[in-house]
Amino acid sequence: MTKHVPDLKAQKISGGVASDQRHDSAHKHVSGTAVYIDDMPEPAGTLHGCLGLSTATHATITKMDLVAVRAAPGVVDVLTAKDVPGENDISPTGRHDEPVLADGKVEFYGQPIFCVIAETREQARRAVRLAKVEYEQLPFVTDIGALDPRKDKLVTPPLTLKRGDAAAAIKAAPRRLKGKMRLGGQEHFYLEGHIAMAVPGEDHDVTIYSSTQHPSEVQHMVSHALGIPSNAVTVEIRRMGGGFGGKETQGNQFAALAAIAAKRHHRAVKIRPDRDDDMIATGKRHDFLIDYEVGFDDDGNILGVDFMFAARCGFSSDLSGPVTDRALFHCDNTYFWPAVHAQSAPLYTNTVSNTAFRGFGGPQGMVGAERVIDEVAFALGKDPLEIRKKNFYGASGDKEGDRNITPYHQTVEDNVIQRIIAELEASSNYARRRREISAFNNNSRFIKRGLALTPVKFGISFTATHYNQAGALVHVYTDGSVHLNHGGTEMGQGLYLKVAQVVAEEFQIDLDQVKITATTTGKVPNTSATAASSGSDLNGMAAQNAARQIKDRLTNFASEKYQVPRDQVLFLPNRVRIGNQEIPFGDLVKQAYMARIQLSAAGFYKTPKIHWNRDKGEGRPFYYFAYGASCSEVSVDTLTGEYVVERTDILHETGRSLNRAIDLGQVEGGFIQGMGWLTTEELWWDDKGRLRTHAPSTYKIPLASDRPKIFNVTLADWSEANEPTVHRSKAVGEPPFPLGMSVLHALSDAVASVADHRICPRLDAPATPERVLMAIERLKREAARPA
Amino acid sequence: MAGIRNEIRFILNGADIALTEVAPDATLLDWLRLNRSLRGTKEGCAEGDCGACTVLVGKLAGDGLVYGSVNACIRFMGSLDGTHVVTVEHLRGSGEKLHPVQQAMVDFHGSQCGFCTPGFVMSLYALWMKTPDPSNAAIEKALQGNLCRCTGYEAIMRAAHAISSYGKAARDPLAVERKDITERLKALYDGARVEIGSGKQRLIVPAGVDDLAAVLEKEPGATIVAGSTDVGLWVTKHMRDIPPAIFIGGLDDLRAMSEKDDVITIGAGVTYTEAFDTLSKRIPALGPLVDRIGGEQVRNMGTIGGNIANGSPIGDTPPPLIALGAQLTLCKGKKRRTIPLETFFIAYGKQDRQPGEFVEAVHVPVPAKAAKFAVYKVTKRRDEDITATLGAFYLTLAKDGTVADIRIAYGGMAATPKRATAVEKALIGKAWNEATVEAAMAEYARDFTPITDMRASAEYRALAAKNLLLRFYVETTGTKAPLQVSRSEAA
Repeated sequence: MTKHVPDLKAQKISGGVASDQRHDSAHKHVSGTAVYIDDMPEPAGTLHGCLGLSTATHATITKMDLVAVRAAPGVVDVLTAKDVPGENDISPTGRHDEPVLADGKVEFYGQPIFCVIAETREQARRAVRLAKVEYEQLPFVTDIGALDPRKDKLVTPPLTLKRGDAAAAIKAAPRRLKGKMRLGGQEHFYLEGHIAMAVPGEDHDVTIYSSTQHPSEVQHMVSHALGIPSNAVTVEIRRMGGGFGGKETQGNQFAALAAIAAKRHHRAVKIRPDRDDDMIATGKRHDFLIDYEVGFDDDGNILGVDFMFAARCGFSSDLSGPVTDRALFHCDNTYFWPAVHAQSAPLYTNTVSNTAFRGFGGPQGMVGAERVIDEVAFALGKDPLEIRKKNFYGASGDKEGDRNITPYHQTVEDNVIQRIIAELEASSNYARRRREISAFNNNSRFIKRGLALTPVKFGISFTATHYNQAGALVHVYTDGSVHLNHGGTEMGQGLYLKVAQVVAEEFQIDLDQVKITATTTGKVPNTSATAASSGSDLNGMAAQNAARQIKDRLTNFASEKYQVPRDQVLFLPNRVRIGNQEIPFGDLVKQAYMARIQLSAAGFYKTPKIHWNRDKGEGRPFYYFAYGASCSEVSVDTLTGEYVVERTDILHETGRSLNRAIDLGQVEGGFIQGMGWLTTEELWWDDKGRLRTHAPSTYKIPLASDRPKIFNVTLADWSEANEPTVHRSKAVGEPPFPLGMSVLHALSDAVASVADHRICPRLDAPATPERVLMAIERLKREAARPA
Repeated sequence: MAGIRNEIRFILNGADIALTEVAPDATLLDWLRLNRSLRGTKEGCAEGDCGACTVLVGKLAGDGLVYGSVNACIRFMGSLDGTHVVTVEHLRGSGEKLHPVQQAMVDFHGSQCGFCTPGFVMSLYALWMKTPDPSNAAIEKALQGNLCRCTGYEAIMRAAHAISSYGKAARDPLAVERKDITERLKALYDGARVEIGSGKQRLIVPAGVDDLAAVLEKEPGATIVAGSTDVGLWVTKHMRDIPPAIFIGGLDDLRAMSEKDDVITIGAGVTYTEAFDTLSKRIPALGPLVDRIGGEQVRNMGTIGGNIANGSPIGDTPPPLIALGAQLTLCKGKKRRTIPLETFFIAYGKQDRQPGEFVEAVHVPVPAKAAKFAVYKVTKRRDEDITATLGAFYLTLAKDGTVADIRIAYGGMAATPKRATAVEKALIGKAWNEATVEAAMAEYARDFTPITDMRASAEYRALAAKNLLLRFYVETTGTKAPLQVSRSEAA
């Protein structure tokens, strides 16, 4: 790269906030020169690990014969539970329920029980297959349909939210109904699978390159597993090939094993599981069974709701507590429930421990809310959109003071859903197309169309309040170039770029002058996971804080040196005006250095206002909400259940966006991922408890040809954060994901047409062609049945 | 025969490569990443389904040189003899300036995490060389074998449409240097058999069909590898030993297609892509089917011969070919025999192929003008998915409107591709109307007892399968109403 020459006369810096910069690594992505961990040059003598997975679903291990494994070509070592020098546990929430390697007992098919270390990856993979493990089978349960959410084993304490007396409200309501919905899980399918490379250092030291969204946690887990202090462990990650929550806790295992082996053999160790092993042995989105009961009046006003959210958590708690909590936090979506009771049941199952996935339980809660809306609409013979609008939270500014309290007693202060829905309804021509579709369906025997418009409100902040903090480290070098580091990780979402834009804006220097650097626990400690959509909000503010500290020192220095008041020191694009003269930013920095001014700062930020009392189910867990809506139209083949998405219109708000190009990509990508979750992405376990969809050949994420044929995505240009977030922008990682709900509901609408929209299709998800066809058949049967 | 050569020779980007030590099951992806440190090509799935490992392979076809996208993860080194391998590193060359495909992807925000991106760049590059101004449908088809989990594809589509505004395909280095590369590839051809390694660790590229027959007689237990879209997974996923491996994908005499007396003969080495033009023109119903087999990379490697020879119950070409009355020629030593394709499939995993025998060609009759032929594939995801059920129908009506003959064959419904004989019986001789069809739909239970697996339940397979007959019937009535959902541009 050529050295950057800043424009000293510019009106505006290049690459500040609110400019549509391209991803900082885009040139490297397209050239194949962006370095992922597997692309790093390996230290000489690097060894390779491969996990040995359980072939029983729930069993006691009676014998583990690894003689042939140890004797296989290239094998250097085989690790088992007893080889973990520290604590054999990687439970992220401290519940001590998740071993690095299973010890005597396995609780799901595919649980890691040993780890082969060999000279090559190929040798390690081949050796694993030579193990002879004997089991004494125990009874197992993989499907939560067989469980009682009130009585069966939970992996973590449940949560109850309540406001008002839901039971009484439902009982007193003119109409009421109850039902059940099955909602599938989801495999992350990050294109880069899990990987860790551990490089041993002197004393206890070890450096781990880990594809993780949570370097600090990897650091802590490795230190526990090795029985050494955290200060001996450094974790670094420049970029991931996708994360989506799948790398929030799930990288711990690979990192811990690589580190253990590296310290045992004083050689670098890399573990990169094959895609099938990755999909079998790491957690996924939680699937749910949602029981609901609703009381409403003849106009469609919902008076009371009762939910039970039962989740398949797998064999350990992992993040199932906060995930199922967040399902409850979103069981209102955009709706005011006058009386509500909602309960979670994080159920133990003999499946892989489910984990974080974009939305973190929130989308599951919202899907439950939308099912309730559908039920009410069909019961009354009304368009679901009408029921939606009737039950929204009071618009901000309205005098409807009592229609803005959530089930967790937080007041909704920033509601813009009415405006979003009104604008989208108009821009998508909802009413006209509703009529056109009806006419089309009347003239088409087998192909039926469906239309739905669904809203989204998503709560922003970690519900574990202490996670809402971030640190950054900013250095200014004597040539005026800036080195930026913070606790957030880059998984493709453009976080590094957005934070760099914030720093460039703060110093008023061109973006090219800000060097983005790999996240490392050695520079910024005790970081939170890059999760909960909080990356830019937290790290942007922390980096801004660091930059402001340095700027403040530079201002004081200039004020003293040039004998002008502080307010006459102004940071202009690439230069600083001091009284009546302007000098390049780099010159001021150099002068400050000569005067022994500190040009480095650690920044910090913690989100204000938030608090949460889980025992009471009350508080303000969210700093603010992000809103959006989508409208989708589908065509369904009623002979096979196959379908295509004809058109989707989206209106989503991201506040005063730091980078609209990046945000647009998040909205488009989030929608498609959400659509995939609710349509073709199906996890399927056989009767032996084996996950049989563990590769892209059997697990089907959307393709380019699954996109809506017409796809209109708009970011609301009027949006700005209610609260003083970083440049009044709003988080964008997770909120667009549930926009995919409009496709599920459009499919439901098309299915409903076979029974003249008189019966609620109760279409479960994922709505594969099979589920769609079976719902059609059921509706036909029910419609034919004499009333 | 021009003797035996103990090395494979090909061109990698600009460099001539000659390798004397190559394992029969060595993949191109591992070789690029581990031996050549070309790490722009990524491993996403190691089974040819995600496209992160996409590279181009150029091969001589007739007088020309044709480049196609392929999955490096399941492409064996032994199959590269005489080809030009192009990786993402070649696009930018040594310059600072990005290639038009790359610059479009950058400017239109086509990458987020970037891991799938080199694969997308290569697939779009292959498309752009062939079709500089592609339609949405053409782009979607070219990208069927590339998964992206971040962007939702919209930005990539925008980039794909913009490539030609950054440069002219005709001025691309691969176009400009085509003559030179062609000459260099021709120079590599010496008519020799390639043999590397010894004993079980041996790979063989026969010099031609006769040589293949000779080699197979001596090595009846060898693994015949055509496109390796199936055999590749035996290695990367099941860690099966395949040596000695015999690579037949490059044999000119197996890559021929011809037509005589309305019968199309397809050599066992003809890829789906190579067969597409002829098939979609002569038997139009097969075009959309071939378009939904695998992704573009798989179609550029996989062969119809291999699809038949491996005998999968969910192989997509046998049912329609059976319905069409196709014949199969097998060759052993100097002996050839031709059998009805239908009789080739004996039981699950068992075909009518003797040790040392190989599938040489399939002969596909073009449907009679008056006949009606259709094939329908049902999957969970529309494209690049393995069949849940697939039905093929070949109907001949008598002058009086009764069914003179009908042949119905299915995939995904039994242990082999299978005729629906009871259904056929219920139709033959009857008036071709909805009542007849409905009566025949009840006969499916006699023909098929499908299984439940991760792709579909038995109930769904049974229901969808018989509904396909109804769809076929209504389609033959010439209705204008849509009968299938489609990806064609929205109204």
